[in-house]
Amino acid sequence: MKYMMLMQYSAAGTDFPDIASWSADEVRAHVAFMRDYNAKLVADGELVDAQGLASPATARIVRAGADGAPVVTDGPFPETKEWLAGYWIVDVETEGRALELAAAASAAPGPQGRPLNMPIEVRPIGSEPEV
Amino acid sequence: MDDLAPDDLLRTLAPQVVGVLTRRYGDFGAAEDAVQEALIAALDQWPRDGVPANPRGWLVQVASRRLVEQIRGDAARRAREERVLADRSATPPGTVSGDDTLVLLFLCCHPSLTTPSAIALTLRSVGGLTTAEIARAFLVPEATMAQRISRAKARIAASRLPFRLPEPAEREARLAAVLHVLYLIFNEGYTAGGVELQRRDLAREAIRLARLVTRLLPADGEAAGLLALMLLTDARRDARADAHGLPVPLAEQDRTRWDRASIDEGIALLTRTLPRNAPGPYQVQAAIAAVHDEAASAEATDWPQILALYDVLERMADNPVVTLNRAVATAMTHGPSAGLSLLATLDDRLPNNHRLAAARAHLHEMSGDTSAAIREYRRAADLTPSVPERLYLTARAAHLTP
Repeated sequence: MKYMMLMQYSAAGTDFPDIASWSADEVRAHVAFMRDYNAKLVADGELVDAQGLASPATARIVRAGADGAPVVTDGPFPETKEWLAGYWIVDVETEGRALELAAAASAAPGPQGRPLNMPIEVRPIGSEPEV
Repeated sequence: MDDLAPDDLLRTLAPQVVGVLTRRYGDFGAAEDAVQEALIAALDQWPRDGVPANPRGWLVQVASRRLVEQIRGDAARRAREERVLADRSATPPGTVSGDDTLVLLFLCCHPSLTTPSAIALTLRSVGGLTTAEIARAFLVPEATMAQRISRAKARIAASRLPFRLPEPAEREARLAAVLHVLYLIFNEGYTAGGVELQRRDLAREAIRLARLVTRLLPADGEAAGLLALMLLTDARRDARADAHGLPVPLAEQDRTRWDRASIDEGIALLTRTLPRNAPGPYQVQAAIAAVHDEAASAEATDWPQILALYDVLERMADNPVVTLNRAVATAMTHGPSAGLSLLATLDDRLPNNHRLAAARAHLHEMSGDTSAAIREYRRAADLTPSVPERLYLTARAAHLTP
């Protein structure tokens, strides 16, 4: 069963201070945690894909115009307090395992090494009906 | 050549075999497919059973058989074809010159192809990489890459390009396209930050192909310049990222971890080439890389010489990224405010560009304007598409926060 784990980043800093105020060592510890976490997913044969996303400042919202050509506006608007920072796609045996993995990622270290407990949305990936 | 490891041997032989088959049957697309299958068979068998006595003959024979199977359904005819092939493939190794490889490179880097297609086709036909390897290196599904390659081949077939070197008048422009494709392959492997093994392999492959071009066209200064540029840049690969994969700027790199042999080879190449002709952009960029690589420390870097070289480069091509680099060299030579005023001319040409913001942040930091530096580092972090770079720039801003 495949699940997508969507990592939310709280830009408002309600849950934890903005990453721009972390020390270089705190950022490094966070990155080291994520690298180890992903390496373990690979070793356990559970990782399908994982990507960090570029900042929302680089995002564009697209709609089809009258002639079908893309009509582009700048993406998520300034009042947006939360944005998608990255995602994992995992292939695991049970939903329980996906929740366990998401909880482990959520505990990634932040300032002073304390766990961030950031919100991670876990959603099954839609599949063709079994025949 | 037979002393090479099977992988390297295959990559060296692949373009020659595609060349032989294309000449013989006049169908590049089919020849390329057949050779790809022969390579996969060899990758499976050679490491297990040992490299055959005549590896090129083996590949020609296996690929020819596949090709014949593809283009002729009739069994009796196939048997006759194969008998003929068995005789012909007895040609001793070494009779094929590198010319076939060069023709193949020109074909794969043809301007009628989009750049991603030219890159994929070059890596497969000339580089001898499998579709799966190329797909992994570019982080796309194998099916996507397979489709990209077959479209590129269909395009070449439709344009009815002959399998021979372009006319001399056209050759120089086409060579520029070849070098550009190799340069892009190298960058793809290099900009990944030295963390992903697959990408590092891509840089290595680009260097191998650039060596090949240099050997086939020993008189071409730009081919040598490109190879030198790759060697002098790749020499810093181990020092470019820290243990967490975050980028380490040039000034802070541990220079003892730079690859001395690559630097020496790059500088020797340049020393041979530079005085010989009017240097082109690759040679000038290689010369800049050489000045950096030769400095014992960041402080000991000969910035006036780098600035002079960027002046030369800018006169060759009006490129805002070159101007950006020249602004940094200007700041290092004449102080940060001179650099900043040069950067101010780039806002229209590089709007919302993370490199421009990062350069500006760096120069503000140099001049002691901390709040401007923090603002620009954060802006650069917001604009960069690279996650490790975003984290690095963010940490840099945090470091300056009073």
